[in-house]
Amino acid sequence: MADVVVEQGRLARAANSRRKGTSLRNVLGRKSTVAFFLTLPLILLIGLLVLYPAFFSLYLATLNKAMTKFVGLGNFTFLFKRETFWMVVKQSCIFAITAVIFKALIGFIVAHFVHNIPGKKQRKWRGMLLVPWVIPPAMSTLAWLWLFDPSYSAFNYTLSFFGVGPIPWLGDTFWARFSVILVNVWYGAPFFLIMYLAALKSVPDQLYEAAAIDGANWWQKMWYVTLPMMRNIIAITTLFSLIVTFANFDIVRILTSGGPLDTTHLFATWAFQVGIQSSDIPLGACVSLFMVPILAVAAIFILRDVSKRGNEA
Amino acid sequence: MSTLAIDKAGPTRKLGSMSRDRAWALRWSYFFLVLFAIFFLTPPLYMVITSLKSSAEISAATNPWWVFHPTLSNYVELLTSNQFLRFFWNSSIISIVVVMVTMLISIPAAFALARMKFWGSATLATGVFLTYLIPDSLLFIPLFKMLAVIQEFTGVTLLNRWYVLVFIYPTLTVPFCTWIMIGYFASIPKELDEAAIIDGASWLQTLLRIFIPVALPGLIAATIFAFTVSWAQFLYPLVFTTSVDQLVLPVGITTTLIKGDVFNWGQIMTGALLGAAPPLIIYAFLMDYYIAGLTAGATKG
Repeated sequence: MADVVVEQGRLARAANSRRKGTSLRNVLGRKSTVAFFLTLPLILLIGLLVLYPAFFSLYLATLNKAMTKFVGLGNFTFLFKRETFWMVVKQSCIFAITAVIFKALIGFIVAHFVHNIPGKKQRKWRGMLLVPWVIPPAMSTLAWLWLFDPSYSAFNYTLSFFGVGPIPWLGDTFWARFSVILVNVWYGAPFFLIMYLAALKSVPDQLYEAAAIDGANWWQKMWYVTLPMMRNIIAITTLFSLIVTFANFDIVRILTSGGPLDTTHLFATWAFQVGIQSSDIPLGACVSLFMVPILAVAAIFILRDVSKRGNEA
Repeated sequence: MSTLAIDKAGPTRKLGSMSRDRAWALRWSYFFLVLFAIFFLTPPLYMVITSLKSSAEISAATNPWWVFHPTLSNYVELLTSNQFLRFFWNSSIISIVVVMVTMLISIPAAFALARMKFWGSATLATGVFLTYLIPDSLLFIPLFKMLAVIQEFTGVTLLNRWYVLVFIYPTLTVPFCTWIMIGYFASIPKELDEAAIIDGASWLQTLLRIFIPVALPGLIAATIFAFTVSWAQFLYPLVFTTSVDQLVLPVGITTTLIKGDVFNWGQIMTGALLGAAPPLIIYAFLMDYYIAGLTAGATKG
């Protein structure tokens, strides 16, 4: 047995020496080597510009403002004592949860309306309703800022005809929070619409026919056929949107810059103000790190759902 | 006799009521769709309306929803301003280079992950997906500090240079593009590339001659995604660039057209509209690919 192996090895070596340079070509031609080189740029990119900064941010968060001294968890305890920090935590949760719920609801309802109308016209309507998602959010938020403008507000102009007094859209805490959420819902609802519409179309008609034969009414069809079939897409879309909304920056930055009195700040905008504008990089890194737990939880659930989908297919 | 008549009338009446129900459902659907369309399209329409107004008309506080003296002066002013054209140029060159870099990285990687089972390939695919879930607002501070440190060590100016964005943006585009390309490549029947290998094609030839042509719709969807993401990116350029000649469009409009408390709304809206134009034009012509790319993340793989 051993002899045979040795013999084969010698033969192979002889063959190699006969044709010089093939060994290198063999290594290069081997599948795993090719795969390694094909994925190398991807690995380098993720390693150097995503993973490394992520851990670097952990390190930064333990330094003092001048970044000369290790202060351990000093930045974290400092944040815990600040009232603004807790306001940011509260506002981030209010913002993300309310916005995602309304996006999901509007997306779900509108998806049904679009699904109801005949096929040819669906394309046109879908095309029109997706426009908010296509415009870069920084640009469309400028349009909202102008609609909310205190002195020339188009909304207040219109409302004045109904006898509703001028609303301080961005000047008052409640209304500023409302406006920020409204713009986020406006921007994100079309995404839900498209995902839910795709999910609705993938439900086989036979199921509805069977339900109709069994005498199911509209609610029963919705509860026992549509929702179970869409469950997975609803879960993935909602969790994904939760991550994106929680980490939102553009809308709040342009609309209110966190004002009035820091009441609309989210983690991202506050981290920007603390870390870049006030150049306290460690504290800013520390603030943005507080996003990690909720992102991680959402990511774990998404991953579970996505791999479940993979197994079903 | 009478029961028979009732029996006969029963189904027809029921059928009639059903089609009437359906007609009403359709009418209500249209009614609500119009309402939602108004909600969704008001801001872009308002952009158009304001962009056609002169600043005199805007400050006169007439009916904001109507243009009484339409003028193209805002467009002329912006399109002849070197500063604005510079923003446009910066945005275009960055987006185009980022699209190319993204494709060069993600197509080979997706090919390897979809077809070659190697040590750690499943973990890497999951890792790619997880990277897609890491938002920009988590990484901008460490990246800023990293660039500052590298700049100090090597003496190469990185901060406040537009080209550094070309290296940073792929972190946002590559994971998703790789992920959807894995899905598209995996859906190609194995027989196709096996036949090519039997005919003596190398891996590279299989990729170029079989995979890329067959998965072209996915490739277009990924390209559109990469372009729109890099065109719309706001946080990274806001943090990494400050000089007027280095800014990209979204940051340029928000920082230079808003001077202190003076808002030149006509120009801001025109700038925003011109900035939104490239993604909108791509969307108008390639809507199906756009939507395919959007839904691919959750429905494929």
